[in-house]
Amino acid sequence: MNSISEIIQSWSIIERMLAFFLLAPIAGGVLAGIDRKLSARLQGRYGPPVRQPFFDVLKLFQKERILVNKFQNFPIVLFFLFTVFSGALFFSGASILLAIFSLALAGTFFILGGFSVSSPYSHLGAERELIQMMSYEPMVILVAVGMYQVTGSFTVADIVQHQASLILYLPGVFAGFVYILTIKFRKSPFDLSMSHHAHQELVRGITTEFSGPALGLIEITHWYENVLLLGMVYLFFAFNPWLAIVASLGTYLFEIIIDMNYARFKWQLTFWSSWLFTAVAGVSNIIVLCFLK
Amino acid sequence: MGWFKKSPWLLHYNATSCNGCDIEIIACLTPLYDLERFGIINTGNPKHADILAVTGSVNEKSKQILKNLYDQMPNPKVVVAVGLCAISGCVFQDCYNVLGGADKVLPVDVYVPGCSARPESIIDGVLQACEILEEKYAQQKKAKQSSPKSQTNQRQGFNHE
Repeated sequence: MNSISEIIQSWSIIERMLAFFLLAPIAGGVLAGIDRKLSARLQGRYGPPVRQPFFDVLKLFQKERILVNKFQNFPIVLFFLFTVFSGALFFSGASILLAIFSLALAGTFFILGGFSVSSPYSHLGAERELIQMMSYEPMVILVAVGMYQVTGSFTVADIVQHQASLILYLPGVFAGFVYILTIKFRKSPFDLSMSHHAHQELVRGITTEFSGPALGLIEITHWYENVLLLGMVYLFFAFNPWLAIVASLGTYLFEIIIDMNYARFKWQLTFWSSWLFTAVAGVSNIIVLCFLK
Repeated sequence: MGWFKKSPWLLHYNATSCNGCDIEIIACLTPLYDLERFGIINTGNPKHADILAVTGSVNEKSKQILKNLYDQMPNPKVVVAVGLCAISGCVFQDCYNVLGGADKVLPVDVYVPGCSARPESIIDGVLQACEILEEKYAQQKKAKQSSPKSQTNQRQGFNHE
């Protein structure tokens, strides 16, 4: 493992960004495939092959391009670009704050895409996506703040090199982050704006009017996003790379099990529960750290 | 190549069916039959769908909705008529309001017989539809290569009356 990290450290920023750009969709797609297979097994079904998400995306790129209006796909391309940009920043070891803000901007473009069409389902999905964003965004910022308090740096490269274990200083922040990860991964009970499961009351929510290549691009963007978020989980355990990888995958499996066990929440419950959890776990953790230092 | 066969997404529309065939389509999604092992997803959104599964005898009220759904689906697309009502109108074919079959409105590619159609035959029909989907994609590609300019805004869908 040390040799791998040495190789990564010897790469330049551009090489690291390129590695993320090429490897993240493969990792994200495999994770999505494992998700679908495992979900099916938990429901007593056989489930699709693990490569199924790749088949879906390749098929979507072969479909006809239908545009409702000229600007429909423009925000989606920006959504893709900014998500890749924030992931590339994160994995090249740049500032975690910049990565988080860039990710928030990407989410905003996704919402603009939902509002750019006239379908009421898409509008309702976009409104719910806004509510979800308000729910999770405070906790994501608190992750950066907590890491700064422990390591004294916002730079991902410094946080990874930090010798002490972040999880021992930031258990509350980690718990809060896992809570809002359910929203970010679009898992039940928080899959209000769009769901990966077949049927829901909003048709397909925010992606209702996107078809063919645009829908494929949204799916790929989601893979990049998942890899970035699991990278943030990695940082909490970065003192031991093997433990960190196991913890990241464990978190993903935990989210799948949560997904299988809960029915969808209403937006009110989503909103106040995530803010309450952010306040109780995240903010209190940071206040305690203030007194310790 | 061959991605349509691996990931056909299904849209189901109930064109005044008695719900017998609809229950059988839903049964295909249950753990016993598990359509998703073929990569088939029941989308409920025409813009995401490749295959339109129609049940019921199609009457004057559902005709326009059926056309709209078909037109909203991106190419290539296929139509599967599920059950005897969607094939011929079955016992309802003499009713004054009934058109008698999905092929009176749409170009149907696969007929799945049965009253009601059994889940096994529905799955078989959908998988045959996947083959037709591949053929249609190949034809589309050929047409695009032979006349690249005329393809820009061409939609092969249903011709409006």
